Amino acid sequence: MNKTLLYIALLIISIALPFVFPNYTISLTAMWLLIIVSLTWDMTGGQMGYNSLGNIFFYGTGMYVAAITGISMVYDVGQYTSAAGGGINNFTATQYFSGLGIGAVAAGIFCAISAVILGYLLFGLRGPYFAIGTLGVAIAAGELVSNWEWVGGGQGVSLPVYPGDLDEGKFFFYYLFCTLGIATFIFLKWLYSTRFGAAINAIRDDEEKAEAMGIHTLRYKLVTWSIAAFIVGLAGAFSGYQLIQFEPLETAYQTINLGIFMVVCVLLGGKGTLWGPVIGAILFHVLKEVTWTYFLGWQWVALGALIVVTVVYFQDGLMGWLKHVRPEWFGERVEQKPGSKPSSASQAEAAQ
Amino acid sequence: MDQILGNISLLIQFPVVNINIVLQGVLIGAIFVLAAYGLALVWGVMNVKNLAQGDFVIAGGYASWWFNTNLGLPALLGIPLAFAILWGIGWVIYKLVIRRVIERDLFTSLLATFGVGIVMAQSMNLLFSADTQSLRLDYDSLDFFDNLVNLPIAKLVGAITAVSLAIAVIVFMKRSRMGQAIRATAQDARAARVMGIDTEKVYAFTFSLNAAICGAAGAIIVLVWEIQPFFGMGYSIRSFVIVTAAGLGNLPGVIAAGFGIGILEQFGAHIFGISYQQAIAVLLLLMVLIYRLAQQRRNRQVLQ
Repeated sequence: MNKTLLYIALLIISIALPFVFPNYTISLTAMWLLIIVSLTWDMTGGQMGYNSLGNIFFYGTGMYVAAITGISMVYDVGQYTSAAGGGINNFTATQYFSGLGIGAVAAGIFCAISAVILGYLLFGLRGPYFAIGTLGVAIAAGELVSNWEWVGGGQGVSLPVYPGDLDEGKFFFYYLFCTLGIATFIFLKWLYSTRFGAAINAIRDDEEKAEAMGIHTLRYKLVTWSIAAFIVGLAGAFSGYQLIQFEPLETAYQTINLGIFMVVCVLLGGKGTLWGPVIGAILFHVLKEVTWTYFLGWQWVALGALIVVTVVYFQDGLMGWLKHVRPEWFGERVEQKPGSKPSSASQAEAAQ
Repeated sequence: MDQILGNISLLIQFPVVNINIVLQGVLIGAIFVLAAYGLALVWGVMNVKNLAQGDFVIAGGYASWWFNTNLGLPALLGIPLAFAILWGIGWVIYKLVIRRVIERDLFTSLLATFGVGIVMAQSMNLLFSADTQSLRLDYDSLDFFDNLVNLPIAKLVGAITAVSLAIAVIVFMKRSRMGQAIRATAQDARAARVMGIDTEKVYAFTFSLNAAICGAAGAIIVLVWEIQPFFGMGYSIRSFVIVTAAGLGNLPGVIAAGFGIGILEQFGAHIFGISYQQAIAVLLLLMVLIYRLAQQRRNRQVLQ
């Protein structure tokens, strides 16, 4: 009962936010993007134990696939991109929305398929090799796309602007990301409660044993990663249309920005928990906005230092810390010593 | 496509051009070997995969460049200076960060050093601006085969310095007490501790040595090519390619792979164009990983 109220309150807050802070709509949209990519990173990183540094590949690929699909429905892509900014972006509202819709679906499917293919190649790698391999995929994709003239080369692609009022456009994209974020959260909440969730947790805990217990580990890994890729691909597609102008290395395949932020968000919030990525993403976003405002010029250094501090000193994250201090909140039974008062952290530890 | 075929047919029609490319590759490869050797050292001794390797290289380059442009010191003196300064930086980073991640899982060290790399690259960007910088040694260049093959003496000096530094480090590891302690720690840290080796000191020394080797490599790079704050990632990736391809603790392998990637990259840049150079380095990494994976799969094992 209490939980339902909490969820409803959170839902109302997320819907009301852009009305309360209309000047921060773009920043809030970025926060939702961070929540989505953190949640999906945690699917493989936290729940399955495969730390990917290359999930940004799906973000960039989704962005490109959606943009190219959207453009190709109206113009010849080569002509359009070679005229980048040269003026041919007359899109009617119907063309715009059908381009966005079909493009996003195409992006999601393309990313899911490429996750399966990459998974076949890379899922034999464990631990840091998997991280480096996926990082390599993301960097290589960025470099190759920036040399591909048909999709605009290093200059990237410029998409049509939102047909209609500019503020309306901001709201439109906020609710787009908000919907995707909430849908992802609900989907993952359900997924982690099924046998599937148990299976990927088993892979994380001991892959050899999981295999011995009859779990087809490769199949589970491929499915998990392609679901994550599908969602990140959608997010990338929406981002492309929101940004209007994007280029390969700094925006689409932004390995050292969003690509590493999502990992830090998850670590900050708590790996392998449902709420961890969400809380971590919100916290990280606030910290990022603060550093951007107060450390002018040095914001990147501050952010890099934040990454190091999080990883080195606070790796269990907020949820991990809470679990340590208040294990009973997580449904873990704490054996009490006879005669001692319940629900005190130090006693819980002593009892263990 | 036509251009690529044209470039290939050029290589076939004028075989001497191949010699030129191989020569350039070997000269670059000498630098890669240095950075990769440092990575293999840290990886083997304390099981930390250092993604900030390339940023150490670039930092060394900037140290040398700063001394030359601001204090007017001779360019070659920059190499020992960069060695010393990066030793200090490496020591500080060890004390602040690396010391706390040695015992943790490998992803932690990977991510932590990635963060260190971001901090270093961004600081250099703020301190020295994003322009590419280089120092020019005004040496001549040796020409062979009607100028089809040319060998700039500056590059030769750089490569010889790199090789002599590598030899010095290898002799140090083999002969000195500290080198012995490092190798003992790499074999079994706990046993080394029992035998009275101060492993904490060994770790600090190893990491500082790695940073210093990278710094010297960077000081050579600034003499013969150019540096830029964000070039670091490329060198990190190349070091990983080399160490992964060679396997850990395989020094001849590291040297061979270093020269190999240098040569392959030069051929790739010649055939596909210079803008693909970074992509080629990364694709080589993927190919090496997948090849090693296929090798392991034959024995029903995974790469970990």
